Amino acid sequence: MFWQLLLTGLAIGSIYALVALGFVLIYKASGCLNFAQGEFLLLGAYVALTLVTTYKVPFLPAVILTLAVAALAGLVVERLVLRPLIGEPVISVIMVTLGLSALMRGIFQALWGTDTRVFPPIFPQEPVSLGGVSVSAVYLWSLGLAVLLLLLLSLFFKFTTTGIVMRAVADDQQAALSVGISVKRVFGITWAIAAVVAAVGGILLGNINGVNASLASLGLKVLPVVILGGLESVPGAVVGGFVIGLIESFVGGYLDPLVGGGLREVVPFVILLLVLLVRPYGLFGEEIIERV
Amino acid sequence: MLELNNVEVIYDRVVLVLKGLSLKVPPHSIVALLGANGAGKTTTLKAISGLLQVERGKVTDGQVIFQGEDITNWDPEKVSRKGIFHVLEGRHVFEHLTVEENLLAATCLRRDRQGIKEDLEKVYSYFPRLKELRRKIAGYLSGGEQQMLAIGRALMSRPHLVLLDEPSLGLSPLLVSEIFHIVKEINRRERTTILVVEQNARVALSVADYAYVMENGRIVLEGEPEKLRENEDVREFYLGLTPEGRKSYREVKHYKRRKRWLS
Repeated sequence: MFWQLLLTGLAIGSIYALVALGFVLIYKASGCLNFAQGEFLLLGAYVALTLVTTYKVPFLPAVILTLAVAALAGLVVERLVLRPLIGEPVISVIMVTLGLSALMRGIFQALWGTDTRVFPPIFPQEPVSLGGVSVSAVYLWSLGLAVLLLLLLSLFFKFTTTGIVMRAVADDQQAALSVGISVKRVFGITWAIAAVVAAVGGILLGNINGVNASLASLGLKVLPVVILGGLESVPGAVVGGFVIGLIESFVGGYLDPLVGGGLREVVPFVILLLVLLVRPYGLFGEEIIERV
Repeated sequence: MLELNNVEVIYDRVVLVLKGLSLKVPPHSIVALLGANGAGKTTTLKAISGLLQVERGKVTDGQVIFQGEDITNWDPEKVSRKGIFHVLEGRHVFEHLTVEENLLAATCLRRDRQGIKEDLEKVYSYFPRLKELRRKIAGYLSGGEQQMLAIGRALMSRPHLVLLDEPSLGLSPLLVSEIFHIVKEINRRERTTILVVEQNARVALSVADYAYVMENGRIVLEGEPEKLRENEDVREFYLGLTPEGRKSYREVKHYKRRKRWLS
């Protein structure tokens, strides 16, 4: 039981980490909380599902296509919705992302309806046995893919010029402008990457839970994750994702049967409250460098 | 190379900061722009580099001409693509990036890997200290090291014109003269044109080919450094020297003489 819960917790946690990463990227670059992150998740899930079921595209090409669509959607949203707001108060930008979330949800409902749809079986159905613990293959795949993606992204930020430039913009926008960095382009790339990681999360979760509008509420679940990890911290998003995933899994396994269920949905937000009370900057919140 | 003609800058559509400022920066020279706090020196640089826009400021009259092209109110990205590079006051290094990453971030407009490598070595040859610190997080560097990094970052984009905003800010006199010495070296060897804004008139005049003195958004004096150094007002207000040698500040009646500068 313990090992099973641990593995599912890690798998779900890795997906949270991915989605939270997109959230943190946007926050770091532009200081804006993107409340539409969950909708990008849904977008990824629906597009991949449609490609696989309606157009019979094999899974892997379908995923690649989906990621392209997601990146494009991120760019378009940045260009049409966010760019005109550069220089406006952050609170207005946040309200706009809330509006965007409602709009996207409406469009998805119009296009794909409200029924839960399921992916055709892609990952092997029989559970994999790991040292006596049997886990369904989807979880292992999710864990592996999410970890791989997190690794790739951290390499990207460390070693490519674009990655360095993105961190530079997050650090000091004015200085970035003064060295000739196109801040607008960086914002575009940031939104594209955030949309892509959300889409990957959406595809993985869609395979686990099926696809319906409630998937987007995961965007909300990401809030405790990033608050726990620290809003500006990429490693924080990763650690926060795993912690919340594990806690949810264990609470669901051990405590839910005692109280009759539902506790796992609540606990992340209890943690959110506690973190805000005790350590409002989160575990890894921006280290403000001060020379003495 | 650079020419400002009667430039007027207004912030927030209300605050008039530059009131018809004109100056010229000839190619391959170092020009110093001196003046007291609030004279509008930084605003002048921002009017050139386009960073005014970010602060809701605008050039409302006059032109900024660079290499024969009118660049008034251009986007900062576009201005830097023309080869103008602004080293901001207070250094503004990317604090959470390492020294080398700071330098690389300034090369985002370039694609030639080999050239970037060479320039990196060049910057390290001007500032050997930076080479030792290349893997350190920039935020933990000392003020002088950060200033070197900021100037080094400017070199990475192979600029034609560097706008240097108060490089002496908060540095010890020794470091200040070292940094100005390097600036002069860069100007001599790379033929980079430099427009430097300074409060520290002494050191700025020691490297400049030509200097302007600003007061209240206008140029009030200009000339070769030797000439300015002999000017009585400059001696008294910016160098702290009077015909009788150093003078107690209690006896100085600035307002009387300065009145005629403020029209």
